[in-house]
Amino acid sequence: MAQQSEVGKFINKYAIFIVLIVMVVVLSFLSPTFLTPQNLINVLITESGRGILAIGVAFTIISRGIDLSVGSIVSLTSVIAASLVQEPSYSARIFPHLPLLPPIVAVVAGLVAGTIVGITNGALIAYTAIPPFIATLGSMIIARGLALILTNAYPVPMLRPEFKIIGQGSLGPIPYVVIVFALVAIVAFIILNYTRFGKNVYAIGGNVNAAKTSGIKVDKNLLAIYAVSGLCASIAGILITARAASGIATLGNNYELDAIAAATIGGTSHTGGIGTVPGIIAGILILGILNNGLLLLGISPYLQQVIKGIIIVGAVVFDMRKNARQK
Amino acid sequence: MEDYILEMKNIVRTFPGVRALNGVDFRAKRGSVHALMGENGAGKSTLMKCLVGINPPDSGEIWLKGKKVTIPNPHEALKLGIAMIYQELNPVLERSVMENIWLGREPMLRKFGLLVDHRAMYEQTRQLLKELEIDIDPKTKVKELSVAKMQMIEIAKAISYNADVVIMDEPTSSLTPNEVEHLFSMIRKLKARNVAVIYITHKMEEIFTIADEVTVLRDGNNITTNPIAEMTIDSLITAMVGRHLTEMFPKMESQIGDVKLAVRHLEVPGLLHDISFDLRKGEILGVAGLVGAGRTELMEALFGLRRKSAGEIFIDGKKVEIRAPSDAIEAGIGFLTEDRRLNGIIPVLSVKVNIIVANLRNYLRYGFFLNLKKIHHDCEEFKERLKIRTPSLDTLIQNLSGGNQQKVLVARWLLTNPDILILDEPTRGIDVGAKAEIHTIITKLACEGKSIIMVSSEMPEILGMSDRIMVMSRGQITAILDRKDADQETIMRYAAAKANNNKVA
Repeated sequence: MAQQSEVGKFINKYAIFIVLIVMVVVLSFLSPTFLTPQNLINVLITESGRGILAIGVAFTIISRGIDLSVGSIVSLTSVIAASLVQEPSYSARIFPHLPLLPPIVAVVAGLVAGTIVGITNGALIAYTAIPPFIATLGSMIIARGLALILTNAYPVPMLRPEFKIIGQGSLGPIPYVVIVFALVAIVAFIILNYTRFGKNVYAIGGNVNAAKTSGIKVDKNLLAIYAVSGLCASIAGILITARAASGIATLGNNYELDAIAAATIGGTSHTGGIGTVPGIIAGILILGILNNGLLLLGISPYLQQVIKGIIIVGAVVFDMRKNARQK
Repeated sequence: MEDYILEMKNIVRTFPGVRALNGVDFRAKRGSVHALMGENGAGKSTLMKCLVGINPPDSGEIWLKGKKVTIPNPHEALKLGIAMIYQELNPVLERSVMENIWLGREPMLRKFGLLVDHRAMYEQTRQLLKELEIDIDPKTKVKELSVAKMQMIEIAKAISYNADVVIMDEPTSSLTPNEVEHLFSMIRKLKARNVAVIYITHKMEEIFTIADEVTVLRDGNNITTNPIAEMTIDSLITAMVGRHLTEMFPKMESQIGDVKLAVRHLEVPGLLHDISFDLRKGEILGVAGLVGAGRTELMEALFGLRRKSAGEIFIDGKKVEIRAPSDAIEAGIGFLTEDRRLNGIIPVLSVKVNIIVANLRNYLRYGFFLNLKKIHHDCEEFKERLKIRTPSLDTLIQNLSGGNQQKVLVARWLLTNPDILILDEPTRGIDVGAKAEIHTIITKLACEGKSIIMVSSEMPEILGMSDRIMVMSRGQITAILDRKDADQETIMRYAAAKANNNKVA
C-alpha cells in the first residue's frame, strides 16, 4: 500500500466539506446575491424538510438497508395533518363536522401515521426477511395510494394560522423549520455516537452476522431503525405542509430520491456501517446550494438535473476509491 | 521425466503478514491420482490456486507438458487444460445442465453467429454424459440435482474442456458413502483417459483407496512426496503435524474444579444427535473431528444461534434456557466464532467498537447514553493485556493483521466476563507467532478459573492445549479422552468412526 501524504489524508477525510466550501466561495464571486443572509436562509428553508428526510433515511442506509417510502410518508402525513386543521368556515373540509382541534392533535396524528408506516417497514424486513428495497417499495406505493384515496387527489387547503406558523414563522431571523432541522440533526448525532442503539445500527450494517453473535437483537433494532426513518419523514411532512399551507397527496413525490442522494453524497455507504450526521448535512447543503446557485446564474433547471446526477455518481466513485485504498 | 505432465518448481506466495507457500515443489503424472495433504493453513489450497491462476505465485515456475507456462487467471488455466472442482460448487442453479457446462462458450448457429445452437448443445452434452455414464437429462435444471450430481456435472465440464489436469478440493466433504463410491469410479475413468487428478483431502481412508501418490505440505513447505504404497497412516500424520509442540503450546497446569456446564441429550435435527458432556471449571475441553462432524453446529446450538429440538443445558447445576445469543451472554458464555470474516469482525468499524459491541449494556449511563470514557479506558487495558498491535483504538479493524483481529475478538468476549468461553478454531489462518500468543492467553484464562471449549481441526493444537478431548463424528460424540490417553492416531480413529460402533461415553 502506498503511503499517503498527510495532506492527501486530510483531503480524503474532509473532501465533502471542502467541496461545500469551494462551492460557496465560487458562487459568492459569480453571483452578488448568493452570499446575502436572505438567500442563505432561503436555501436552508428549502432544504430543511429534505434534510430531515435524509437523516432518517441514513439510519436505514447505515444499517445496510434503504427506505424508499419516505417521500410517500411526507404525502400521507401532509394530508392527514392538514385534514385535521382546516378552517371551520371552509365548506369543503375532509371531515365536515370536525370540531376545532388544537393543532398539536394534527401534528401528533401525522407523526403517528408516519411512524406506523416505518414500523410496518421494519417488521416486514425483520420478520419476513424480504429485502428492504422491496419492502419499502411496496409501502411507498401503498402510502401514496392512501394519501390519494383520502383526498380524492384534491388539495386540502384553508389551514388554520396556528398550524401554518410552524412552517412560516420564525424565532428572530431563524425560521422554525430550520430550528427543527437543527434539533433533529443534533438528536440524530447524539443517538448515532453516544447511545447503544447507535452503535447497534453501525454494527448491523457493518456485519449483521457478527452483530447477531454479539447478542444484538437485530430484529428489534431493525424495527426501531425504520421507525426512526418513518418518524423523520413525518416530521418533514408536517413542516413542508405548514409552509405550503395546504395538504397535498403528491407533495413528497420523488423526495425519497433527493434524501437518498443527499445521504449518499454525504458519504453514507450503501455497503453498510458508514455514515455521519455532519456528512449528511454537507450532502444536503451541497444539493441545495447547487440548486440555488445554478438558479441565480440563470442555468436551465433541466441542466441542473444532469449536473446533480453526475455529482451523485461522482461522490460514490470517490468514496469507493477512498475505502478501497484503506484496505 | 516425460511422464510428468505438470511440474511446479519453487513456488512462493505471500499474503499480507503470512508466507503461505515457501518454495514448494510439486509434480503430477498422467493417468494417476496424486493426493495433496496437510493441516488447515498448510498451503494446499493456496498451491492449487497458484496453479489455476486465482492467486498467481510471487515466484517459481510452472511447467505443463514440458513447456514453461504462466497462468494469470482461471480462464487461461482452462485453456491450458487445467480444471479445478471447488469444495464449494458454484453453478448457475436456475439454468439447465447443458447451459452450465457450455457457459461462456455456447455452440452457435452457423448462419447468424449470434444465436445459440441449442440442438447442438443438447447433443454434445448428451454425448459427453453418456461417455461418462452419468444418467442426467441435459435439460434438467441444476437446482434439482443433489450435490453429488452437481459434482459429476462439474467433472463432465472439466472433461469437455479436454482438461488433462483435474484438481478436486475436498470433493467428498458433503457426500454420502454411496456417492463417494460413484465419485471414485468416476476418478478411475479419468485415470483411464490419461488425466492427472490432484486430490485434496483430510480423510485418511480415502487416500489409501484412491490415490497413487501423496504429497504432504506443512506451513507452506513440502515435507514429503511418496507413492502411497510406501506410506502408513502413522507416517502420514507425522509428516502432517510434526513440529516442536512445546514452543507452540505453552500449556500451564490449571486447578480443575467442579462441573460448570453440563449438556444432556442435545438434539438438532439432521445435524446433532444425543450430545451429552460436562465441562469443568478451569478446564480446556478440546473438540476434535473432521470437517462436517457437527462441531461448529454444536457450539452454535449452545450459544443460541441454532435451534435445538431437544436437550438440556445446565450451568452450575441450574438449568438455563438459551434461545438467542443475548441469553447465552447473560448466562456467562462467550463465543469466538470460527469464521472471523463472516461473523466475527465488523470490518468498517474501529477496533474500539469491535471490542465493545457485545457488551454495550454494561456501559450505559441513565439507561441510554454510553460512557465513552470508561469504554476507552477498558479497551486500552485489553489492548495492553492481549498485546493487540494497532496504531490506535480508532483504527478500522480491517487494517489489522489476522492475528491482531483475532485478539480483538478475544478481547470482545473477555470484556463480557464470561465463565465459559467457546473458541471455534481460535488460531485458523493466523501466523505462527500470533498462534503461540493466543495459546498463552487461552491457558492463562483456564488458570484464572474460566472453563474453555476449544474446537480445532489442528491436531497439535488439540493435543497441546486440551485437558480432555471430545471427538465428534457425523453429529455425535464418539469419544471423550483424557489428555494422557490421547494421541493423534486414536483421535483420528474416533473422528472417522461411526458413532454406534465405537461409542465410548
